[in-house]
Amino acid sequence: MTPFDYARAGDTAEALRLGGAEGAAYLGGGTNLVDLMRETVASPARLIDVSMLPGAIEEIDGGGLRIGAAVRNTALAEHRLVRTRYPMLSRAILAGASAQIRNMATVGGNLLQRTRCTYFYDTDAARCNKREPGAGCDAREGFNRIHAVLGASDACVATHPSDLCVALAALDAIVHVDGPSGDRTLPFGELHRLPGDQPDRDTVLAPGELITAVELPPLSFGATSTYRKVRDRASYAFALVSVAAALELEGDRIADVRIAFGGVAHKPWRATKAEAALRGGPATHQAFLDAAAAEFAEAQPLRDNAFKPALAGRTLAAVLGALAKGETA
Amino acid sequence: MSLIVNGSEVPAPADARVSLLDFLREGLHLTGSKMGCNQGACGACTVLVDGERVLSCLTLAVQVEGRSVTTIEGLAGHDGLHPLQAAFIEHDGFQCGYCTPGQICSAIGMAAEAQRGVPSHVSADLAGEVTLTREEIQERMSGNLCRCGAHNGIIDAIRATMAEVAA
Repeated sequence: MTPFDYARAGDTAEALRLGGAEGAAYLGGGTNLVDLMRETVASPARLIDVSMLPGAIEEIDGGGLRIGAAVRNTALAEHRLVRTRYPMLSRAILAGASAQIRNMATVGGNLLQRTRCTYFYDTDAARCNKREPGAGCDAREGFNRIHAVLGASDACVATHPSDLCVALAALDAIVHVDGPSGDRTLPFGELHRLPGDQPDRDTVLAPGELITAVELPPLSFGATSTYRKVRDRASYAFALVSVAAALELEGDRIADVRIAFGGVAHKPWRATKAEAALRGGPATHQAFLDAAAAEFAEAQPLRDNAFKPALAGRTLAAVLGALAKGETA
Repeated sequence: MSLIVNGSEVPAPADARVSLLDFLREGLHLTGSKMGCNQGACGACTVLVDGERVLSCLTLAVQVEGRSVTTIEGLAGHDGLHPLQAAFIEHDGFQCGYCTPGQICSAIGMAAEAQRGVPSHVSADLAGEVTLTREEIQERMSGNLCRCGAHNGIIDAIRATMAEVAA
């Protein structure tokens, strides 16, 4: 690990002051950044520890929740109002990583974790445009079972690894950010970037900006929501495909629906085309499959991941079928 | 600049690069916590920080300044082994023993989580009480790998002592 300075921020103002320095990086639970530093994929000159900043989950007007960025994943998943109002969020978190990692990882850090593309980590032998812009991408023609089928570019086919973020995309979360130019909010869907020709930039955050909170707007049918993750082993593995969905029925018609996919793109993938195809229509297995087909119509599979569009379709159909019967497990 | 390890106050290392795991093993000579993968994939380094199970390989020692760390060395009482340590022997919860300290610390953390109602990926009812069935323990312990394949004995040992550990 390259030597670095360490400072623990006592409050947000101090964090911003320290985080504005050249070469500074914010440290949350460390479950990703410490590993990246050990592998020399990241080598910040100074770490500003924001993991001990006050982290609270507060109810806000209208029934939503405001979640401090330092809240640990376990604390968010077990919160009573998250379990009852946004079960998809609890389930997404619980589907990710291990209990030890969920105890460490912060919400802010989860949003900013980097891809698990193996070529990104292989500093000895692999070319990676995300790690070293312009170097090339060994994943595109390599072992790319876990890689993207939507929104990728010639430069990068990596996927975003978070489960929590897939639920936040479906829930229309709002990200609160503070930084050298003041505070701002942005819709969750605008936080993460598609790779384009700048895959080294995962998000739209400017240097020194800090995520301070995530806000969940109220969702009247949020209680009828869930998260399903398909992976190569039963637990403690990243998603091949995952689905976060909420469903509201009126009789046998779909009044409203929220869908986001994980494991298929460089960012959590809000399925606006599938949602539009379903709203007002029948809640049938075939309709669910057709909606997924609409979402993945422009998919560009690679050598090892051509199974993903069909797997995503079957997973979505299974999830919506269960929600239509009132099952959220 | 200090932290508490198994009840004793110790100075935190000056070099911020030192992981909690390296600090425990090299600095304090508490070699019970093991380095397996050193990248958060195996759980062999699991310790308890303020009672919560975490991975000491991905924790910087300076991050736990002012907090309390419990390792496998801190579990046995004056009157003998911790009940879970005894149960691991009774139920053949290991062969080589390398993953065992992490397994035991992890199981103690798990018991506290279950007692306060933290659900898991396999819990049918998110809001219900937690019953530590075999399936629940398998899921909740999935962050601790055992290459000898002693998982069945590990789960038997945990199930046999869970009520006692949580108390």
